[in-house]
Amino acid sequence: MGKIWDFLTATRGSTRLHWTDWVSYAYLCTGIFLMFGPVVWLVLSSFKTEADLQRFPPTLLPYAQQTVEVDGYDDALPLFVMTAGEYEGMTLAQLRRVGNQAQMIDPLNPEERLRVNIANREPVEEFSLATENYTSLFERFNFLRFFWNSTFITVTATLLMLLVNSMAAFALSKYEFRGRTAVLLLVVGTLMIPQTVVLVPLFLIVTELGMFNSLWGVIIPGAATPTGVFLLRQYMITIPDEILDAARMDKASEWKIFWRIIIPLSAPAIAVLAILAIMWRWNDFLWPLIVLTQTENFTLQLALNSFQGELTTDWSSLLAMTVLTLLPIATVFMFLQKYIATGIASTGGK
Amino acid sequence: MASIELKQARKSYGVVEVIKGIDLDIQHGEFCVFVGPSGCGKSTLLRMISGLEPITDGDIVIGGEVVNSIPAADRGLAMVFQSYALYPHMTVRQNLSFGLENINTPRAEINEKVDGVAKMLQIDMLLDRRPKDLSGGQRQRVAIGRAVVREPRVFLFDEPLSNLDAELRVDMRGEIAALHRRLGNTMIYVTHDQVEAMTMADKIAVLRLGELEQFGRPLDLYNRPDNIFVAGFIGSPKMNFISGNVSADNREVLELETGETLALPATGYAQRPGEAVTLGIRPNHMQQVADGGVKVSVRSVEQLGGESYLYGSLGGGSAMTLHLPGQTDVELGQTISVIPEPGEIHLFDTETTRTLRMD
Repeated sequence: MGKIWDFLTATRGSTRLHWTDWVSYAYLCTGIFLMFGPVVWLVLSSFKTEADLQRFPPTLLPYAQQTVEVDGYDDALPLFVMTAGEYEGMTLAQLRRVGNQAQMIDPLNPEERLRVNIANREPVEEFSLATENYTSLFERFNFLRFFWNSTFITVTATLLMLLVNSMAAFALSKYEFRGRTAVLLLVVGTLMIPQTVVLVPLFLIVTELGMFNSLWGVIIPGAATPTGVFLLRQYMITIPDEILDAARMDKASEWKIFWRIIIPLSAPAIAVLAILAIMWRWNDFLWPLIVLTQTENFTLQLALNSFQGELTTDWSSLLAMTVLTLLPIATVFMFLQKYIATGIASTGGK
Repeated sequence: MASIELKQARKSYGVVEVIKGIDLDIQHGEFCVFVGPSGCGKSTLLRMISGLEPITDGDIVIGGEVVNSIPAADRGLAMVFQSYALYPHMTVRQNLSFGLENINTPRAEINEKVDGVAKMLQIDMLLDRRPKDLSGGQRQRVAIGRAVVREPRVFLFDEPLSNLDAELRVDMRGEIAALHRRLGNTMIYVTHDQVEAMTMADKIAVLRLGELEQFGRPLDLYNRPDNIFVAGFIGSPKMNFISGNVSADNREVLELETGETLALPATGYAQRPGEAVTLGIRPNHMQQVADGGVKVSVRSVEQLGGESYLYGSLGGGSAMTLHLPGQTDVELGQTISVIPEPGEIHLFDTETTRTLRMD
C-alpha cells in the first residue's frame, strides 16, 4: 500500500513541487477525469430510477423521494417540505394532486387534510440506490441467457483463434517453404480490406454453411485474424532455431515442438493476443447483429441494443446492463494488462 | 559400432556450394575435431551429419548404414550447441528429461538416469533451477548432460566452449576429454580454436572453404602438414614462411628476393632447381647466428621469463616470429641474423601451396 502511495505522490524534486510536477499532475488528473468520468457517471446513473434519469437538471448521485407510512393509507406517501405559504417549514405527505393543487396531510396529525399550491413545496429526497434496475434484468429479461451467449462466443472464439493463429504463425516463422513470403504478404494484405467490404460475401458463406442464427456463425469467421498471425509470427521469429534443433535431436515430433517449446516460449505474445481477442469478441456488435436474429441467441451487446426502441428507450435497464457488460471485460483487463506492455514490448525483437 | 563415413558429401545453398565433396572416415570411439577458420563450413558439415541439414549430394554412413534420408531424431546422435539451446522455460531436470520423455521412457528410469548424469557432471544441486539462473559453465554442463543422458551412439559438439571465459574453457576442455574416455563414444567436435583441436582430438580434420585440407592425428598435422594452410593453421604461434626460389645451380640453396640465401635439406623434399618454393619453419626452430642466414629487424620483444618471443620482419617484408628458450638480450629495433634448424624445415610449392615432401 505504501508503495502505491509513494508512486502516486512521486515528485521530481525531493522537497517542493517542481513546476513540471504541477503540469504532470494536472495532465494526469484531466486524464483520469476524461477516462473515468463517464464510467463513474454510468455506474451512478444505473442506480437511478427512471424518473430520476429524466430529471433536469440531472444530478450526479441517485436520489429518490422519501416516503412515509401513515395509518389508514395502504401505500407509502411521498414527503414534501413546504417552502412558502401558511405551512412553511412543515414536512407534509401528499395524498393526491389535482392540477397545481395538492391534498396533503401532516404525518403526525393524519386526520386533518390540507390543500396547498404545488409551487410552495419541494420534494424531500434522500440518497437511494435503485437496485431494482439490476434485479429486473434477471426477472424481466433473460440476462443470464445473453451473458452465456456472450461468454460462450468469447471463450470459444478466443481459444480457436489462439490455436489457429499460433499454428499459422509457427509455420510462417519457423519453416522454410516455397511461397512463404507470399503467404505472409497475403495474410498481412487482408488487413487492408475493411470488414464492412466482406460483410455480404461472408454472410452468404455463413448462410450457405447453415450457421445463420447460430453462435458458431459468429465464432468461426473470426477464428483466424491477420493481426494475430502477424503478431505471433513476429514474436516466434525471435525464438532461436537452435532450441528447435535441440528438440529435434531430442526426438521431439514437430507437433511436440509446437506444444512443448513454441507455445510456452510465446506465452507473452499469446497473452497479448488473448486479451485483444477477448475484447474484440466481447465488444463485437456488427457481425453478431447480422448473424443472430433470434432473441435467445442474442449477445449482451445485441440485448443492449434491443433496449433502444424506436419510440421509447428503457434507460434504467440499459444502463444497468451496460455496467454488467463492462464488468467482466474490465476484470479480464485488470488481471492481464501487465502482459500487454511486456508482450507488445517484446514482440519487436530482443 | 558407430563409425562415421562421409563419401563425397556436398551441400549447396542455391548456386553457392558450401561443402565441396568431403571424404572422411571416423572410426568408432574416436574423438574427431573439425577445425578451420570461420566460414569454412565445419558447422554445416556437423549439421549435415546430425541430419538437421539435408545433404545435396554424396552419402553419410553411420555405423555401416546410409542415413541420408533418415531424420535427425532417428540417427541416434546427440548434439551440444554453441548457444547451449537449453529450453528456457524448463528446469534443468525437465531439460534433461525431455529427450527421454519423447521416447516414452518410464518415469522411474528417467529419474534414475537424470540423477546419474547430473551427479557425474556435478549439476545435481541445480536440477530445480531454470537455465537463466545458471552461469555459463553450468549451462554448458546441462547442455552436455542433455546429450549424455540419452546414451547416443555419437556426440556432436558445435563450438561448445566459445561462449565461456578462458579459464573455464580450459576446465571444460579437460572434462569433455575425460567424458570421452569414460563413455568411449564416437565424438565429433567443431571448433575454430586449434589449441582445443590439438589438446582434445584423436583425429583432426582441417577444413577451409568447404574443402578438407588434411585429416589425421594432431601431431601428424603438426609435423607433416600437407599444405601451407594447414602448416599455418596448426601450431601456435604460427609457422613462419619465407618464399624464394631454389637456386638454378644448386637445389640445396634458397635464394630470397633480398639476395640472402638459406640452406635447404638435400633429402626428403622434391624441390627442383629454379622452382618457386615457400620455406616453412616453426618459431621455436629458428636459431640466432652471428653471421649469415637472414636478417630480421625486431619490432617487438616479449619476455616471459622462462621463454621469449621476438616479433619482426624480413627484408622482404614478411613477418617472422622467434620463440627462444630462456631470456634474451635482443632489444627492440635491433636487427638479428637467424637460420632455420636444418632438420625442421618444411618446403611447399609456392604456386600450388602443397608440400614438396616425399613420402
